[in-house]
Amino acid sequence: MTGKAVGAAANIADTAAAFDGRIEGQRLMRDWYKALEEAPARGQHVANVFVMGNAVEILRAFDFQLVFPEINSLQTGVRKTSEEYLRLSEDYGMSPDVCSYVKADVGLILKEHEHPAGRIPRAHIAIASNMCSTFIKWAEIWERLLKTPTFVLDLPGQRAGNWRVRPGDAQHAADARWVEAQFQDLIHRCEAITGKRFDLDRLAEVEDRVNKMVAHWNNVMALNRVCPAPYNAMLDGLTYIGIMNVYRGTPEGVAFMRNLEAQLKTKVARGEGRVAEERYRLLFSGTPCYVSMRRLVELFETWGGVFAYSDYLTFAAGGMDAGDLAYDTSRPLESLAEVTALAAQRGLSNQFFAHERLAQQIRDYAVDGIVFHGIKSCRFVSSGMADTRDYLNKRLKMPSLYIESDLIDPRYWSDAQIKNRVDAFFETLRQSGGAPPAGKSVPPATGRAA
Amino acid sequence: MNSSSGDEATLNEVLEHCNDLRLAPIPDVGSLPERYTGTLGHFPVYFPEEIAHAAGLLPVSVLGGGNRLELKHADARMGSFVCSICRSTAELGLNGSLNGLTGFITHPICDAAKHLAGIWARNFPEQLSEILYLPQNVNSPGAVRYIAAEFQRLRGELEKRSGRGVDDDALRHSIRIYNQNRRLLRELYALRRDEPWKLSCTESYLLTRARTRMPCEDHSVLLERALAAARRRTLPSQDKPRVVLVGGFCEQPPIEMLEAIDSNCHVVDDDLLIGLRWITADVPEKGDPIWQLAESFVERSAASPVQHDERKTKEGYLMEMIGASKADAAVLTAAKFCEPGLDEQVAWAKHLDGTNIQYLVLEFEEKMTSFEQMAMQLETFAESLLFAVAA
Ligand code: SF4
Ligand code: SF4
Repeated sequence: MTGKAVGAAANIADTAAAFDGRIEGQRLMRDWYKALEEAPARGQHVANVFVMGNAVEILRAFDFQLVFPEINSLQTGVRKTSEEYLRLSEDYGMSPDVCSYVKADVGLILKEHEHPAGRIPRAHIAIASNMCSTFIKWAEIWERLLKTPTFVLDLPGQRAGNWRVRPGDAQHAADARWVEAQFQDLIHRCEAITGKRFDLDRLAEVEDRVNKMVAHWNNVMALNRVCPAPYNAMLDGLTYIGIMNVYRGTPEGVAFMRNLEAQLKTKVARGEGRVAEERYRLLFSGTPCYVSMRRLVELFETWGGVFAYSDYLTFAAGGMDAGDLAYDTSRPLESLAEVTALAAQRGLSNQFFAHERLAQQIRDYAVDGIVFHGIKSCRFVSSGMADTRDYLNKRLKMPSLYIESDLIDPRYWSDAQIKNRVDAFFETLRQSGGAPPAGKSVPPATGRAA
Repeated sequence: MNSSSGDEATLNEVLEHCNDLRLAPIPDVGSLPERYTGTLGHFPVYFPEEIAHAAGLLPVSVLGGGNRLELKHADARMGSFVCSICRSTAELGLNGSLNGLTGFITHPICDAAKHLAGIWARNFPEQLSEILYLPQNVNSPGAVRYIAAEFQRLRGELEKRSGRGVDDDALRHSIRIYNQNRRLLRELYALRRDEPWKLSCTESYLLTRARTRMPCEDHSVLLERALAAARRRTLPSQDKPRVVLVGGFCEQPPIEMLEAIDSNCHVVDDDLLIGLRWITADVPEKGDPIWQLAESFVERSAASPVQHDERKTKEGYLMEMIGASKADAAVLTAAKFCEPGLDEQVAWAKHLDGTNIQYLVLEFEEKMTSFEQMAMQLETFAESLLFAVAA
């Protein structure tokens, strides 16, 4: 290596070391909220989208400012203000038994869009996929209360267990054709709303950035296969997927993911783990409890338990890590439909056959146990969880823990009870031989060029 | 016996048979008419029964366990926050009651229903089990083509399982049989709308539900008999408010609940078992039968809280039901823990608040066994309605 090259490598390492994914992620989220607040003054069109199946690439090609209502709802939890929003919607008549994200959002509407992070602009269009059926009911609420035009994006999901769809096979072609027909329809509607002509080159540009982000993201996920895991999938990981969603297809998103990968690689090279002494590698299945996430993670980390992977990182980041999914930017619209259809089956709707993905992740991340977090108000995640747990216990003899709370409703968090269960889980793990301390061998991360 | 008591006896006999079928297990393959080689279970709401029928598989609607089933296995497999019909359907699978099915098909109506396919894949891998991905976007061009492809896929799966090829003529024959049945069901509802004292909601429900346990052609014979007898009934009209009942599109309200509503109101329209009545007109009997079924799903179809359709807002179709049946009021029900139903209940109530149409909100569970409180609510509601009409 020449002196110059050594210097450049050292610079990259320094930049990587200086990058803090969490702090940078928080900054980007603040910027996003600011951009939301200022969208009406800029005269920018606004679209509501969900994290699973959202046609963001098309909307970006039309310069829509994106609002992620799920992120708004979870942020009320993170900022400890969710209860007020939830109560408002229950007083309005919403059942205690429905998704708390929806209720927080109805609370937001009742509070005239005043969110703790700023004022949320009203959308000119809402895209709701069928990946979680609640998305559709949620969008119907906007249709009713705010007269928001809604486009339901129907993505044919995984139909059965052991469902193998390969790119280009007849099933995939039929599904992709349907998705593309809907994209064409959506494009016409966006043209009517914005008064702009659709630009295929812009779409290709956005897709190229998404490709880069996804490549980095896949590498970031793979880096956590290393022991000790450089980050906690259910703490740091939550910030990362926030950026994957909010900045999908943007230069800022690409830069974040590139820097994140470099930083985590540096950590791995130094043998630095998220916890000082990693004793248990765990898989978290389910959604977070945003009101108490730090506390929950702390309960595990004090035992040396780190969440190396969570299926949340897959489905809540659009399912793009679930296979070699990259857009062919030479045929941007067709490719968008093909990849969207595949991601829907491999990374989103396979939630209904969760045992298949989890069995794979247990191996990939060499975990010692699974933590299932059941959420009463999220049937997408929770309805099949107990059965999946039973299946994995029996088939793979995988130790597991089941805890229950809510995404953002603090009334369902019971600290003492959860702590007892977590402690008992680790006691059992310990008594059954425990996990080897840091240094156990796991498959190396396979880096790919972005 | 005069002819009127003869009609009453016929009707009673038919209704008793229907009620026995409601409580009966799924038909044993050995007891089926020769042309059937098996049974195909399907979950609410809509399923294109014609395709199974043509494949020689008796379509059996799996409607949960009612209020007599004790959950012994499902409690440990599905959270307590999941609706009763999903939990009891899982129980029926796990306790062996559905072992005789060739397959079990569910739909993307809600997330709990989609999870049933996973439960089947994990526990009954020998059965054909899948989600028939009916689209939630029926408004974009291409929807019919997509549905036709999905129906074609189903046709192939059923051919494999039944060992019987399903040609277009067989499908057209099945469509004709179901068209006849649909006409009779429309007549049933017309009778209730026009002369509700002649057929109660409970009776109509039992008659409709019988199709979930018998061949469609036999069900049509049964309906014809019952309709003829009911039309000739000479019961006096009663002083009861005319209501529509909504919220029974998936999980089934207990029969006792329907009886309590009947005691106080004339239910002139409802969405009970709407999946069996989803196609609202004849499916064209000429042309590509798969295409005709797919097109009918989009163009000649009912509405429900679990189907998004830009042409049919949820308040819109409720108001149409109320208008077309000349109802005075609405009973808005929802199954406990049914997210789509509970969301709709709020929307319907808020909408009716802005009209002069009275409504009553009831929450139910298929496993309910106590109805006193509900009966009291209904009585008060009906009285207040009659008072309002009289005033
Ligand atoms: S049900 Fe679950 S996945 Fe669906 S919107 Fe609510 S929190 Fe999200
Ligand atoms: S009752 Fe409601 S929640 Fe349950 S399966 Fe039916 S639609 Fe889904």
